[in-house]
Amino acid sequence: MFAACADPKAIEGLTWALCYLTSGKHLDFYWSFLVVLALLAITAPAALAFGFGGATAARSGFLPARWLGNVYIAMVRGVPDIIFFLFFVIALDQAIEWTKHQIVCPDWTEPVRQGLEFRVCPDAKVPHSSSAAIWHQAYGFFVAAMTFAIVFGAFVANVLYGAMQAVPRAELETGEAYGMSSAQVFRRILVPQMWVYALPGLSNLWMILIKATPLLFLLGIRDVVFYARELGSTKTQAFDYPHGDWRLYYFLGLLVFYLALTRLSEIVLNRLSSRISRGQATAAGDALRKAGA
Amino acid sequence: MRKLLMAAALAMTAGTALAQDTVRLGTEGAYPPFNFINDAGDVAGFEREVGDELCKRAGLTCEWVTNEWDSIIPNLQSGNYDVIIAGMTITDEREEVIDFSQNYYPPAASAYAAASADADFRTGIVSAQVSTLQATHVAESGATLLEFATPEETISAVNNGEAVAVFAEKDYLRPFVAESGGALMFVGDDITIGGGVGLGFRSSDTDLRAKFDAGITAMKADGTLNALIEKYFGPEGLKF
Repeated sequence: MFAACADPKAIEGLTWALCYLTSGKHLDFYWSFLVVLALLAITAPAALAFGFGGATAARSGFLPARWLGNVYIAMVRGVPDIIFFLFFVIALDQAIEWTKHQIVCPDWTEPVRQGLEFRVCPDAKVPHSSSAAIWHQAYGFFVAAMTFAIVFGAFVANVLYGAMQAVPRAELETGEAYGMSSAQVFRRILVPQMWVYALPGLSNLWMILIKATPLLFLLGIRDVVFYARELGSTKTQAFDYPHGDWRLYYFLGLLVFYLALTRLSEIVLNRLSSRISRGQATAAGDALRKAGA
Repeated sequence: MRKLLMAAALAMTAGTALAQDTVRLGTEGAYPPFNFINDAGDVAGFEREVGDELCKRAGLTCEWVTNEWDSIIPNLQSGNYDVIIAGMTITDEREEVIDFSQNYYPPAASAYAAASADADFRTGIVSAQVSTLQATHVAESGATLLEFATPEETISAVNNGEAVAVFAEKDYLRPFVAESGGALMFVGDDITIGGGVGLGFRSSDTDLRAKFDAGITAMKADGTLNALIEKYFGPEGLKF
C-alpha cells in the first residue's frame, strides 16, 4: 500500500507494523466487519418479515395457512441451528440450480444426480462459472442471509404470535364496536399495540443473531472469524510478514468488536423500549406516566 | 410465459457460447508451500504456479477458489469448482469417489515433529489434519489421534502442549521446524504414504482431466515442473 512496504523483510518496528496492518489481507479483514454488519442489516428485517408472515399464518382463520405457519415454526425451531445451516444451504443452492436447469436445458438427457455428483448443465450453474469471483461471493452471501432469515424468522414468528395474543381483547373489541372490519382491527390496533409485548423477545433474538454471525464462517463466507484465524496463524518465511501464533490477539479484537456491538444494541433497545411503552397499559407504561407527572 | 422463458433461456445460452467457459480451481489456501493465501490476499504457492501454467498450456481460463479442506471433495461433486488442486495425495479410497490426474509431485515422506527428542509419538497424543492420510496413519498406529481442521493448528497443538507430536507431510513441516529456533524437531523415521499429489476431478469430467493430464506430462518432460519444485521446496524437494 505504501512505498515503504515494497520490501517487507527489510523493514522493522513501527514501519513494519504499519505495513503489516495495511497488507491486502488485512484490508480484506477490515472489509469483513462490514460483511457481518451487512448480514445483520439484511437478516434482521428479512427475519422480521418471515416472522410476521409465520405468526399471521399461524393465527389465521384459514386452516391450511394455519398448518403452514405452525409447521414452519415447529420445524425450524426444532432442528439444531448448525444442522439446519449445513443442510439448508446445500439444499437451497441445489434447488435453485435444479430449477434453472429445468428451464434453461430442457433437452439435457443425462441425470442430474450421478451417484454422489450433482451435475446440472453448465448454463444452469448459479452463478455462471464464467462470472466474476465477486458474484460467487455475493451469491454465497445471499444464500447464507436467506438461511439466517428463515431460522431466525421462526423464532420471531413465535414471539410475535405470543405478542399478538397478549394484546388485551378489550382493545380489539373497542375497535370492532367502532365498526372496523377484522382486517382494520388487525392493522390499526393489533399490530401497533403488539410491539410492546414483542420487544423483550425480539431484543433477545437480536442479541442472539449478533452472536450467531460467526456461523457465516461455517457456510464458507470469509467473515471476521475466517480472517482472524487466517491472519493470526503462524506465518513462515514463505509469507511477506512472518510471525508466530497471534490468534489470541486477533480473537481478542473480535471479542471487543462483539461486545461493543451488543452494548450499543442494548442502549438502542432500551431507548426503543421506553419509547413504545409510552401511554401503554403496562407496568413500564405506568412507570413512565408516574415519572412524567 | 413459456415463450418468455424460452427467450430468456436462448439469450442466456447465446451469451455463454461467446464467453469461454471458466475452469474453477479449488484449493485449501492454508498449506504452504503447496498453497496459501499470501499477504495480498491472493492464492499463492507451488500449486498456484502449476495450476496457472497448466491452464495456459491447455488454453483455458482459470479462476481460483478456496474451500475448507474437510469439505473439499463434496463441494467438487456438487459443482462449486471443477478441479481440486490442494496438495491431495492419490489414494485408493479417494479414487473411489473422484478421479485423479497423474501426480505432479512425487510420493513424499511424512514425518513426526515434536517439542522434545524423547517425545512418545507411538502411544501419546499425536495431532494431524482431519481427513488426511496422516490422520488415518496415526489412528492405526496406536497413538491417540487429535484432529484439527487446518494444518497450522496441528503444529500449534504441539507448541501449546495439547499434543506431544504432529504427524504431517515433511515438506509442510520443514519450514516450521527450521524457523522454530529449536522448539520443534523431527522425531522417528520418515514414512512414505500414498501415490504422490494429483489433481482431483469429478468422475464424469474425463475431457477436462485429459487436458490437464497432457499438460502435466509436458511439464514433466520439459523440466518446468522440476524447476517449480526446486523454487518452492528447495533442494530437499523431490524431483521427477
